[in-house]
Amino acid sequence: MRVDFLRHLAGGTVHIGLRTADGTPVPAMEPGQFVEVAVDKAKVLLNRPFSIFNRTDELLELLVKPLGRGSEALGHYVPGDEIRVIAPLGKGFTLPDAPAKVLLAGGGVGVAPMHYLSAALEAKGIRPVLVYGERTTPDASLKELLSRHADLHICTDDGSEGFHGFVANHPAVAEGDYDFCMVCGPAPMMKSIYNVAKEKNWNTEFSLENKMACGLGACLCCVENTTTGNRCVCSDGPVFNINELPW
Amino acid sequence: MVNLSTKLGDIALKNPVLTASGTFGFGEEYSDFIDLNRLGGFIVKGTTLEPREGNPYPRMAETPSGMLNAVGLQNKGVDHFISNIYPRIAGLDTEVMINVSGKSIEDYVAVAEKLSALDSIHAIELNISCPNVKQGGMAFGTTTDGAASVVSAVRKAWPRHLMVKLSPNVTSIVDIAKAVEGAGADSLSLINTLLGMAVDIERRRPVLSTVTGGLSGPAVKPVAVRMVWQVAKAVGVPVVGLGGIVTAADAIEFIMAGATAIQVGTANFIDPTTTVRIIDDMTQWCERHGVNDIAEIRGCI
Repeated sequence: MRVDFLRHLAGGTVHIGLRTADGTPVPAMEPGQFVEVAVDKAKVLLNRPFSIFNRTDELLELLVKPLGRGSEALGHYVPGDEIRVIAPLGKGFTLPDAPAKVLLAGGGVGVAPMHYLSAALEAKGIRPVLVYGERTTPDASLKELLSRHADLHICTDDGSEGFHGFVANHPAVAEGDYDFCMVCGPAPMMKSIYNVAKEKNWNTEFSLENKMACGLGACLCCVENTTTGNRCVCSDGPVFNINELPW
Repeated sequence: MVNLSTKLGDIALKNPVLTASGTFGFGEEYSDFIDLNRLGGFIVKGTTLEPREGNPYPRMAETPSGMLNAVGLQNKGVDHFISNIYPRIAGLDTEVMINVSGKSIEDYVAVAEKLSALDSIHAIELNISCPNVKQGGMAFGTTTDGAASVVSAVRKAWPRHLMVKLSPNVTSIVDIAKAVEGAGADSLSLINTLLGMAVDIERRRPVLSTVTGGLSGPAVKPVAVRMVWQVAKAVGVPVVGLGGIVTAADAIEFIMAGATAIQVGTANFIDPTTTVRIIDDMTQWCERHGVNDIAEIRGCI
């Protein structure tokens, strides 16, 4: 694919838009699926997995937080650069068939799949609640995008914006009432929502981000211990139902 | 037209490009990306008598030009393979080989016996070199007596081509190779991963749940080429080279060092089309250099 745009957001996160190199439409993708990117500029060996922030026929958009050599180097790409992408991979979120009350919870860059997911839900007539947790005030343009298809609530660790505290303690979560809940974020955040969702009996799915080598279900490196044994996050997930996870 | 066809003992390969066990699943994982029938063959993930859950996560650490893995032979067992996987891949027009692992000689023999009923499987690769399991695995492959005893026992139970995968974590791989050849192996594949380790200095903990793991990828290639060269000079059976092969040039290095065929491993994780790219580029290299048959350059070093 080819880099179409690259925006540096407040907090260091990068919003990247990619077009196919030959101008053909971007392949169809489900919310919650992911892509593998060969970050040649990083001079790392393995591809890096990223959630799908948005997908249209023209563009594949990713939200990348510089956390290691691969993700950091992605910020140094410029429009026109070619970049090898394997997409889409894995199994995404289960969209409800009927009108339902849906909670989306994203922690840090784990909010990335929630934008594309909320758009898909809205297309089904469901406007979800999205609770987004960050260390400090999130980027304004990112908030604008995230609030297009969802009722957005912010929580920050430092209290600089929105609710001061963790996502699981936000009133929209702790006092909420939902049929479905879909979560992506750091392990401690997901585990605290797991406890809330178990108690409230919400049908909940978690998108995991275990370290991967192949992304195809071949190397068996990214396994999660599930109720049916070790399973590949890349090919059996990355989305797992709450009942599959013995947290 | 360049002839890449290769005789691996009694097995005729379309070309010398195979895939390394544990990097190519059951082949099916790659069928969206390449035509599996173009490969010389592929080697299925390590199969054991009983299902194995493998080691706990984390199992992988990327290192300079390589990666450590500590998967620990996770697989659903030989019976699952025979009833669920084999029927799906038996019809492919490529050599499907099975990597066989065990924690005792009896285990290896039992798996080989079960697989001998599968007509489309012409070869097994005996894994006496897995560094990631506590019992068996590398324990058999690091002494001449241990290696010879497991190979002799399986030789009696397995009627077709017996490839034996050697560990580089030994003082003299040539001594092990000779012992394995003497015990009845039809070919040798080398190298399995090099035992390695990585530390997370922020957490002051090993990166892998098992502390140590197997190093693969371009980082190990010079070691692998050297060992293939040494072993190919010392034994009469064909040698299959692997370790860090990413390009056709890498593959040709191994062939010049004496490898009859090669296996692509870690590179499958980076570009799932690596194998067919190597076949195409190897053909072009031969054309550019006036080589009509890949055999002309084999063992030229």
